[in-house]
Amino acid sequence: MNKQVIIDKTLAGKKDNIVVSIGASSCGIAAGAEAVFKAFAEEIKKNSLRVELKKCGCLGMCSAEPLVEVKMPGKASVVYGRVNKEIASKIVTDHLLKGTILKDYVFEANKGKQLKIVLRNCGVIDPENIDEYIAREGYDALKKVLSTTPETAIEELKKSGLRGRGGAGFPTWMKWSLTRASKGELKYIICNGDEGDPGAYMDRSVLEGDPHSVLEGLIIGGYCAGAKQGYFYIRAEYPLAIARIQKAIDQALASGFLGKNILGSDFSFEVEIRLGAGAFVCGEETSLIASIEGESGRPRQRPPYPSERGLWGKPTMINNVETLANIPVVFLRGGSWFSEIGTEKSKGTKVFAVTGKVKDSGLVEVPMGTTLREIVFDICGGIAGKKKIKAVQTGGPSGGVIPEKHLDTPVDYDNLQKLGSIMGSGGMIVMDETDCMVDISKFYLGFCVDESCGKCAPCKIGGYQMLKILERISEGKGALTDLDLLKSLCQTMQKTSFCGLGQTASNPVLSTLRYFEDEYKEHIEEKKCRSHKCSGLLNYRIVEEKCKLCGLCQKNCPTEAIEGSRDKGYKIIKSKCVKCGKCYDVCRFDAVQKG
Amino acid sequence: MKKEIGNVEIIIEKWKGIKGSLIMALHELQHLYGYVPQKGAQQISTAFKIPLSQIFEVITFYNLFKLKEPGKHTIAVCLGTACYLKGAPDILNELKVLLKVEEGGTTKDGQFNLDVVRCLGCCGLAPVMTIDGEIYGKVKKNEIKDILAKYKKKEQK
Repeated sequence: MNKQVIIDKTLAGKKDNIVVSIGASSCGIAAGAEAVFKAFAEEIKKNSLRVELKKCGCLGMCSAEPLVEVKMPGKASVVYGRVNKEIASKIVTDHLLKGTILKDYVFEANKGKQLKIVLRNCGVIDPENIDEYIAREGYDALKKVLSTTPETAIEELKKSGLRGRGGAGFPTWMKWSLTRASKGELKYIICNGDEGDPGAYMDRSVLEGDPHSVLEGLIIGGYCAGAKQGYFYIRAEYPLAIARIQKAIDQALASGFLGKNILGSDFSFEVEIRLGAGAFVCGEETSLIASIEGESGRPRQRPPYPSERGLWGKPTMINNVETLANIPVVFLRGGSWFSEIGTEKSKGTKVFAVTGKVKDSGLVEVPMGTTLREIVFDICGGIAGKKKIKAVQTGGPSGGVIPEKHLDTPVDYDNLQKLGSIMGSGGMIVMDETDCMVDISKFYLGFCVDESCGKCAPCKIGGYQMLKILERISEGKGALTDLDLLKSLCQTMQKTSFCGLGQTASNPVLSTLRYFEDEYKEHIEEKKCRSHKCSGLLNYRIVEEKCKLCGLCQKNCPTEAIEGSRDKGYKIIKSKCVKCGKCYDVCRFDAVQKG
Repeated sequence: MKKEIGNVEIIIEKWKGIKGSLIMALHELQHLYGYVPQKGAQQISTAFKIPLSQIFEVITFYNLFKLKEPGKHTIAVCLGTACYLKGAPDILNELKVLLKVEEGGTTKDGQFNLDVVRCLGCCGLAPVMTIDGEIYGKVKKNEIKDILAKYKKKEQK
């Protein structure tokens, strides 16, 4: 199979240019990309070089930001990681002028079996320049689709087997077809960019790095569903993504890809942006609709589904950012090309934000069916430091943990569900042996309790009660009967909550109980937290043999819980200790130990 | 911060009559003042013909809207999963101790506001915090004092 995702038409004419691209998404900017850009500009000017210097989207290896890609004529490109001003000037004088690659700073990109469909342009093009998008077959899919009927296009999409990337995995063609079939002149299409799942930022990166591909997907969706108005619903926490989408909309309007009679056809389509305001529940489609209508984002009864009665009571189609970014490629390369990638029931690729205790955290795009082990070890370099991997969490607050023994499972919608987790939007958090599973489940549940909208009792009360039980356990005050109570509350929440938030909020608890029940029991029976995370069960002690009698611990203790002197040695008085860990932090000889 | 009433009117003019635009108008109002002042909300209520009580309900439902004037500098500590695992709770505690303020509170001198956010989407740089929108990645507990000092210095200049 020909795996070329996109054909770059610029290469031919620009072959002789030296190109330096700097990753300037939120994370790149946070790591200092702007200063690096300035340094390059100055150095290039100083040396009177002819270089195409540009800012592009996320290159994917977030832990090594700022990233710089150097492309010399006729040579393979080189990516440098953790670049600062000094390294920037060195790159100019050594690499650009003399052609010597600075091996010490090179960062190996695209390791393992990555395949970039959604991220095809991220880190390659300048996201604020529509011409660069067009040069890489941008808006060609729209032209193709506009020359056929919506029905033919939906048939093509069906062939691709694309499923929704927001988490649930509903077949995309079916959503399009249902909305198309709904009666009514006025229909809407919404791009769900309310990426509230903590630890996931795939959508932000795509919106920032390749806004036009999402917009093109939205326009095609609008044409197929019969909608004339589209909305981007984006979290207000993503200011750069919002600015880039607005710019993309303005450019597309000016180029005739949006507005009245697009590309001379009968199809007219307009797009507006609406912002979230910090409510996780708004990722749920009916809450999202309520929010666009200017109300509090509380979920509504389904059915009727939005494809029948959605925004302002009209048929509405809601697609996730990543789903829409797939759309242009599906139509460019064809449904059957797309369906050859992935597993039997999960087609195409999936973008994951791999974070946590992993060495090279960042964005990874792999064909469905790649194993967790390949993602964590082959692509992301394994665990940072010398610790052992304990589990991988997928699906955020609605997902679950997958223990080490299941790491060889090929990742797709159905396999993850069998393991008690979900695909979710693509957050993948790697945990090592220092992470406590009771603490993790408390963290996720705490998030859902905070974010519960309060509409239905199972979520509002059930979540709160479960959190109290988990707090009890983590303080060593739990009883074994609490575990049964937890399980029964989990099931009640799953079965009776009104919307997806409550129905899935108990997943982290259930899955940690499924694989790590012994840890819960240890907290209850032995009053022990093997990861030393639960401060209620933690004790500090000073190891005499290691203590160099510096007295720093005593000096820093806020509660005068450390007794002794430089000649007699030091001791922690348990009754006075508040377990703040200050002594542990300040000791330079590892003499203060947790236990 | 600009406080001319004229600006509220521009916001109202921009969004009035557009279906479901209340949240967008509130965002812009908050952008103008740093919070949603009652007077501004009242003006929106009259112009949009939405009862003030309903606007209050929307403001309090969403986490991002503030009803009180925040401190001069807003610190936001990310407590997303990646940051949580990589020590964000320690960073938050350190800030609480240094600033003598609780989550959501403003320091006595009105200089800093300490907020907690759920994921800024910079998980590769965890733990992350922002001050006035400027992102600090891979923050270490012992660096916080110096970071805060930068903002205090700016004040004195």
